[in-house]
Amino acid sequence: MAREQGKPASRSVKSGTVRSSGAFNSGGGGGSRRGADWYDVGGMAPPLEKGAIVDGFLLEKRLHQGGMAAMWRVSRVDAEGQPAPVAAEPPLIMKVPRIKGGEDPATIVGYEVEQMIMPALTGQHVPHYVARGDFTRQPFIVMEHIAGDTLRPRLAEAPLALDEVAEIGVRVATALHDLHRQHVVHLDVKPSNIMFRPDGAAVLVDYGLSRHEHLPDLLEEEFSLPMGTGPYMSPEQVQFIRNDPRSDLFALGVMLYHFTTGERPFGAPTSVRGLRKRLWIDPVPPRALRPDCPPWLQEVILKCLEVQPDKRYQTAAQLALDLQEPEQIVLTRRAERMVRSSQWTRLKRWFFALGAEPLEAAPTATEVLNRSTIVMAAVDVDHASPDLLEQLRETVRRIVLTEPGARLACVSVMRIARIGTDALTDHTGKSLHVKQLVGLKHWARPISKSLNLEDGRLTFHVLEAPDPADALVDFARRNQVDHIVMGARGNSLLRRYLGSVSSTVVAESLCTVTVVRASAPVEVDGDGKKSVAETSQYQ
Amino acid sequence: MTKIAVVTDLHANREAVEAVFAHARAQGATEWAFLGDFVGYGADPAWVVDQVREMVEGGAAAVCGNHDEAAVIGSTPQMRTEARMVIDWTRAQLDPGQLDFLAALPFQVQREDRLYVHANAFAPSQWEYVQGRADAVRSIHATTCHYTFCGHVHEPALYHLGATGKAGDFKPTPEVPIPLPGYRQWLVIPGSAGQPRDGNPAACYAMFEPGAQRITYHRVPYDHESAAAKIRAAGLPDRLAARLAEGV
Repeated sequence: MAREQGKPASRSVKSGTVRSSGAFNSGGGGGSRRGADWYDVGGMAPPLEKGAIVDGFLLEKRLHQGGMAAMWRVSRVDAEGQPAPVAAEPPLIMKVPRIKGGEDPATIVGYEVEQMIMPALTGQHVPHYVARGDFTRQPFIVMEHIAGDTLRPRLAEAPLALDEVAEIGVRVATALHDLHRQHVVHLDVKPSNIMFRPDGAAVLVDYGLSRHEHLPDLLEEEFSLPMGTGPYMSPEQVQFIRNDPRSDLFALGVMLYHFTTGERPFGAPTSVRGLRKRLWIDPVPPRALRPDCPPWLQEVILKCLEVQPDKRYQTAAQLALDLQEPEQIVLTRRAERMVRSSQWTRLKRWFFALGAEPLEAAPTATEVLNRSTIVMAAVDVDHASPDLLEQLRETVRRIVLTEPGARLACVSVMRIARIGTDALTDHTGKSLHVKQLVGLKHWARPISKSLNLEDGRLTFHVLEAPDPADALVDFARRNQVDHIVMGARGNSLLRRYLGSVSSTVVAESLCTVTVVRASAPVEVDGDGKKSVAETSQYQ
Repeated sequence: MTKIAVVTDLHANREAVEAVFAHARAQGATEWAFLGDFVGYGADPAWVVDQVREMVEGGAAAVCGNHDEAAVIGSTPQMRTEARMVIDWTRAQLDPGQLDFLAALPFQVQREDRLYVHANAFAPSQWEYVQGRADAVRSIHATTCHYTFCGHVHEPALYHLGATGKAGDFKPTPEVPIPLPGYRQWLVIPGSAGQPRDGNPAACYAMFEPGAQRITYHRVPYDHESAAAKIRAAGLPDRLAARLAEGV
């Protein structure tokens, strides 16, 4: 067998070789092929037909035939071809890459990447991985079938209702944060790669362009064109950076822009030159296209679309937190903009973008997530002792001090009855809710003063709930909080009779919990027993 | 389920080797492959050679490293003083049976789709290092096996070559299983068990699962202080003892 492997591929790049809706993930001309016995399968294997059995899976129905892959609904069968379902397994789908006789490195390597990354993923925001086929016989991936459509058809309905845009943003950001926590950057976030479970949780599909921090990146050296889908590709992706999780937030920003305005912020360029324009030309502000777009939504979208990743949201969790609390979003000049930046500004940006490559190596998902945590301070402003409040504040200050990228969410719970309605206003007519909020802000003031917390790093939340522990745990979970700091009730009778809020939060939270006690002198009771001076929290 | 523990550059470090063996057994190793350099640098050449010889009798694969060859041949006047001293000391620790075992080691061993070699596959007895993609591609081209395992380089590394002729390299994260699909060619450098040099003093080895086509690089902390104390007690150069604490 003649070997060509010693020769590096000489590639003639067909600018703008596209995948589905304008992807640049194909390198164009074929690379030098290794021994022909390796990759011929795709070209030689007979086309799959309904009723065929592949590695124990019966092909029931072809659901989709795309340029890159076919999707088959499949079920498990035994050696005799009889149904052999596995208990509690969801409906299955088989993705069969369309490989044109080994001449299509984009499909081959994309499939290799997906086959490598999918088994490493878990959780509700990814399709559950089931099996994969041997490349030398019949390449395929069997995974959970997520019912329903992708978000793609909704593009035709854009502009969408504003609350729906925010809702999509929250769900997709929540899914992205889960993926980033698993050390994976998706790198092809777009409506056609987003689906939803019946409970509303977003599911991210198609990992053919993704990058796993702890696995070899097979795509890194493969192609000489930027990889991604043209309209959604982040500026750093255009510059060949493949490990920055904030690239996914840029793509999400493009989606939110499109759903808000009905237009693409950067069009659908089909050349590298066209792609690079996003390095210096900013999009038309959404409010100029849609007058009822609130300033906060424009703030969020344009923040996602910042050219420099450092100026975007640092994590998807921080984006989700903002979208759930729009009234707390600190508006900057982004929110007010009604026109694009001036020709002069663009010219300057263009000049500096000329041949520019990112100066520093992009941080990995782990690095970004570690330095951009969400810290939640649970403060019982009404009942905790001054000592405890002070101690809690000092502890929170130290944590935020050591984590310059952290966001601080100050949370207080307002107890309401389980059944029936409470009088939500006290006798002075002032809302209890507002009163708690004022107390919370007052508590946090020394922290924000001393640490000079810049815009948007500090938020306040008064939760109304019958059970403080449940409310705190739920808030932390919904907002993907990394660290809860809260006070403990002291050795009080109240804790003995009512139970401890902090111990419930410690037991039920998914994140780190720090329980703070006020340092108190040990006193001797009348009967000689030692007891710690009482502090109380959430009575 | 076959699990192959691949251990290389043991360098007469009994403490490290014991820790690696215990770890690999706990991980369920069913087979063993040793990529050479059993002796040199460390204070327990005889013990390490005995261990390996016993495991080879039990079916383990083992190849010859440059330090093993030097121990067999003996020092030459061209060598640096330190190297000459270590080799002469090592030789004096080994009995004829142990030296015969080292002398009989092959330069490469192929088992199914796996090639075991100390330095590289293109000239196994010449001891050229695989230090980057170009070297790795040269080595991969020299074999039809999809999996090459080599040592000699003391830092863990992973190289791969795809069907499109593009090679890649990767610095493996310890304890994370990495799929190594067989439609690519892979070159695995587990890193040194007896003298790690990547700034982490923990011993290196890798566990390969041919069925699942998957490799896991492991780091095993061991009592490097005892190993260093023995090196000093044997009168070997202090530098060889000191570097174990820092993994350099």
